[in-house]
Amino acid sequence: MEFLVASSIGVLTVAGVYLVLRLRTFPVIIGTSLLSYAVNVFLFATGRLVVNRPPILSDDALSYTDPLPQALVLTAIVISFGMTAVVVMIALGAYLSSDDDHVDDQPEGLAAHDKGEGGA
Amino acid sequence: MTHWIITPIVLPAMMAAFNVLVLRHHPVLKQVFSLGSMIALMGIAAGLYLGASDGTMTLYQLGDWAAPFGIVLVADRLSTLFVLLTAVLAVLVLLYAIGSGWDRRGRHFHALYQFQVMGIMGAFLTGDAFNLFVFFEVLLIASYGLMIHSGGTERFRVGVQYVVFNLLGSTLFLFALGTIYAETGTLNMADLAQRIAALPTDHTAGLRVGAVLLLMVFAIKAAILPLHFWLPSAYATAPAPVAALFAIMTKVGAYAIIRFFTLVFPPDLTITQGLFDTWLLPAALLTLALGMIGVLASRQLDRLVAFSVIGSMGMLMAAVAVFTQAGITAALYYALNSTFATAALFLIVDIVRDRRASKDVALTAAPPIAGGALIAGMFFAAAIAMTGLPPLSGFVGKLMILQATFDSSLVWWVWAIVLGSSLVAVVGFSRAGSTLFWKSHAIEGDPDCADDPEDTQAEHERHDPSEDVPVLPVVAIGGLLACLVAITVFAGPIQRQLSATADQLFDTAPYISLVLDTPGRAIKESHHDEAPAHGADDAAEDEHSEPAAVGQEEH
Repeated sequence: MEFLVASSIGVLTVAGVYLVLRLRTFPVIIGTSLLSYAVNVFLFATGRLVVNRPPILSDDALSYTDPLPQALVLTAIVISFGMTAVVVMIALGAYLSSDDDHVDDQPEGLAAHDKGEGGA
Repeated sequence: MTHWIITPIVLPAMMAAFNVLVLRHHPVLKQVFSLGSMIALMGIAAGLYLGASDGTMTLYQLGDWAAPFGIVLVADRLSTLFVLLTAVLAVLVLLYAIGSGWDRRGRHFHALYQFQVMGIMGAFLTGDAFNLFVFFEVLLIASYGLMIHSGGTERFRVGVQYVVFNLLGSTLFLFALGTIYAETGTLNMADLAQRIAALPTDHTAGLRVGAVLLLMVFAIKAAILPLHFWLPSAYATAPAPVAALFAIMTKVGAYAIIRFFTLVFPPDLTITQGLFDTWLLPAALLTLALGMIGVLASRQLDRLVAFSVIGSMGMLMAAVAVFTQAGITAALYYALNSTFATAALFLIVDIVRDRRASKDVALTAAPPIAGGALIAGMFFAAAIAMTGLPPLSGFVGKLMILQATFDSSLVWWVWAIVLGSSLVAVVGFSRAGSTLFWKSHAIEGDPDCADDPEDTQAEHERHDPSEDVPVLPVVAIGGLLACLVAITVFAGPIQRQLSATADQLFDTAPYISLVLDTPGRAIKESHHDEAPAHGADDAAEDEHSEPAAVGQEEH
């Protein structure tokens, strides 16, 4: 199980980094989502991997799983969900107003246009 | 237990919600309440600072839960200093935003502003690493909204870069926290400090990774060299009051580095061996050099100021990276100076932009602008503070940094780069100033204003520049400059205070015992006797499974 979880975190991270480096808004947003999934699974595993154990202490439980990472993951999920929504909206705004979905720098036409005002 | 500590977080949060829900159709009331809340916040921050200035540290347990499980806020000298700095800056910048009409050029400026201040205050006050992450996110998400305030193609485009960069930073932050939690089983800073100090030195591989990741995350915030790329475009494109408020955002990164790497990963630990002198100091020096070269190379005033922010962060981190009492003192003093100077410069850039016919701040000669003498004077003063010329506080700060780095092994490098980059910055700023304010007098008639017809952004922000300079913006900039003068005049007492702050930072035992030994609400006794087979064999992982910690995160 450890190998499975570790390799899935690895694959998610690799795919996320690769997509972020594509530098078009759609892959970049998918990439950041994958990265946040990877980090969520990673956070989950920081409490050690245990199967079929309760996360709350009770008198008759023989062992338990660490509940704190679950709380952390919950927070992280909420935040990354909100952040993804924000980046989607901003990216849409950028795409609709400039007709271009590059994240890094403008292609030739826009770059020439922006040279006058010395854009990024 | 005093509840005042949490008011810098609660007050802006309430006021933001009030702004959105109740005042959404009352632009004037919005301004009144927003400004009122910021002024009240300044009073509270001053009170907190005075309360902590005799060396007392105050603990606030959220929900009354005791420390390793519950979340705590700690008001000590360092955090209250930054809280006060933020509050003063926020009031003055808000004055400018109201006076210049920026707050009415888009929706929900005041609500986002309040949330931004809330996040910054929370990041300074919290004593819990994961809570620090949450407050980082609060301030970031508010900054995304502020960054694209009033819209425009360029702002959206740069906004996407800014958001993506910070999303990646947040992911890295979570990886760092996860690694540290897996190694130590706690995320409370005081508890972390205690556990890490007690860790056997040969079992620290994971923790080293965590420490370095954490340093990288904070370096992104502080815009240290390889991680600074988000800053110039973002700051140059953001609305002026927002860029001015962002002057404190880079300091959040610096604060987090100072806090974490004095308390949790102190420099005498084997884990952090070489981290500062091999990596952070050279990176800071390169940042300084690059920032000031950027100042010289910029062809736009707003980008010039943005690069000077990078340079000043490099200067600040160079002082931090020696990690001595004197170094931290110098860094704190320089942080005060650079915050006020940066904010003043961004606001001045906006006034200049507003008054030029071409509606940009390209460094080309153009006809004189209205109120040029006053604006030029203010630019001159702020530039003096930023480049560190006498008589203003930048000079004092730089002197303290030079003095503090005297014992460093890289002293010649530090001195050469600090002094050389100062020269470069002076040249860059004086060239910009003379082009903008002096050469304009040699020009008669209207030169071709290369104004693109399709540039909706400039169109959007266009409004008639009246002949006289508006009062409120000048008051705001004047206030920032007055702060610069004040920290210069009172450099002696302030330096003594900051020196005491640095002393308090390096003496971590009182902080740890305050956080960990203060009893909180009692948890039922019957739940305490379980720590049986825990799935894995981590010795450090024992009692952190109390459900008490769960409900305390602020989403």
